[in-house]
Amino acid sequence: MNVWQFMSQNHAEVLELTLEHLWLVGVSTLLAVLIGIPLGILITRWPRLNKPVLGGANVIQTIPSLALFGFLLPAPWIGARADRLAILALTLYALLPLIRNTYAGIKGVDPAVVEAGRGMGLTDRQLLLQVELPLALGVIIAGIRVATVISVGLATIAAAIGAGGLGEYIFRGLAMVNNSVILAGAIPAAGMALLADVGLGWVERKLSPH
Amino acid sequence: MKPDPADTAISFRQVSYRVDNGNGILHELNLEVCRGETLVLLGRSGSGKTTTLKLINRLLTPSAGEILVDGRPLGEWDVIRLRRMIGYVIQEVGLFPHFTVERNIALVPKIEKWPAARIQARVQELLQLVGLDPQLARRYPRELSGGQRQRVGVARALAADPSFLLMDEPFGALDPLTRAELQREFLDLQKRLRKTVVFVTHDLREALLFGTRIALMEAGRLITIQPRDEFLASRDPLVVAYREAFDTNFDAQGGPG
Ligand SMILES: Nc1ncnc2c1ncn2[C@@H]1O[C@H](COP(=O)(O)OP(=O)(O)OP(=O)(O)O)[C@@H](O)[C@H]1O
Ligand SMILES: [Mg+2]
Repeated sequence: MNVWQFMSQNHAEVLELTLEHLWLVGVSTLLAVLIGIPLGILITRWPRLNKPVLGGANVIQTIPSLALFGFLLPAPWIGARADRLAILALTLYALLPLIRNTYAGIKGVDPAVVEAGRGMGLTDRQLLLQVELPLALGVIIAGIRVATVISVGLATIAAAIGAGGLGEYIFRGLAMVNNSVILAGAIPAAGMALLADVGLGWVERKLSPH
Repeated sequence: MKPDPADTAISFRQVSYRVDNGNGILHELNLEVCRGETLVLLGRSGSGKTTTLKLINRLLTPSAGEILVDGRPLGEWDVIRLRRMIGYVIQEVGLFPHFTVERNIALVPKIEKWPAARIQARVQELLQLVGLDPQLARRYPRELSGGQRQRVGVARALAADPSFLLMDEPFGALDPLTRAELQREFLDLQKRLRKTVVFVTHDLREALLFGTRIALMEAGRLITIQPRDEFLASRDPLVVAYREAFDTNFDAQGGPG
């Protein structure tokens, strides 16, 4: 049985796992955006926090994903359900590109433009919302794009702790030594990553300042 | 000749500015800007002109000494209010690249919650004032020439009708014809608006054109500050050197000396 036959025979399950996968990636990326962008902004305002925040996010990235799932297992509430655990881990991984790109995007705004804004009496908030964030938006979206693509791949590993998603097929296929089953997980995941990449790439170009 | 203290709009008292690593950039500056005058800060590259301007609108804070605006020390001013009454034309122009010309000019009036109709009228008025085609209002800065951008920079600084203007080489990096045109327009403008202007340039001709008084700076110090005509006649060696440099230039170019 080739992969396409397997997928059409199990289309309900394929759909379910794909939706689970989307859920894991979607929720974790959203959380990472909600945490990472403010953190990125914060470290442009408080340069002293720059090293600890970026350093911390960096360290998280270096932890192998299976180990991170393991570390988080004893956490209360989170550890109680596999999907919570997976979402937390994926969120942590997605933080670095978001913090880093938000910071770089804001720092990359032409200093003359920032100075003009300050000089004409914009408050810090007005400067951020009207000048810095709009001009950094392209770089920030690029960060979201990188985070999403990485997350789609990493989320397959979440199946190892029973969080579901397309990784189920990959691990099942590995155990059965059945390439069709592995591909039934890998192909939709790859498609998802590709779609996210192209889609967010388009948004990035649309929103980049002139 | 000292200006009448009641007419003093800005004064520097023993102002020094050092960067964090301890290097002194300005040394014990004392100067006064009278209401309605155009004080020109003249000096070569790196002499501290831009730094002096930025101290006035508190983009920088003096390391020592005191600056007063309208008789009040800068520390007592609400910095946002202070900056809104001081139009600032920065050396690098610094237009907002994501805003059209219109929005660039209208930003401060908008923040100050002017009614939309008044803002629109003001933008049109300013475009005319700086000699720009009203049709340019919809363009983005990248769609303008360098000279047009500089004019927008001037219009933006004037938008909320500030009583002070800080202008940092607003006509730099332009071809001589456009530059002369902008200078003439600004001269007209200044005659009509009567703002208190601090104008930075390293061009002696420009200094003589605009300055009611001229302050010559060198290596972070104020060498001399004199009314235009006295400056022209001054025997100060540095002033003489400046005049000679420009005269030589005229000769070298074979232009009118
Ligand atoms: N942030 C800074 N850190 C260290 N040195 C600085 C800083 N800003 C300015 N300087 C130095 O201070 C001196 C005065 O600079 P400033 O920009 O005021 O000169 P300027 O007279 O405006 O020159 P120009 O005509 O080239 O614009 C220069 O020697 C410059 O290198
Ligand atoms: Mg300068």
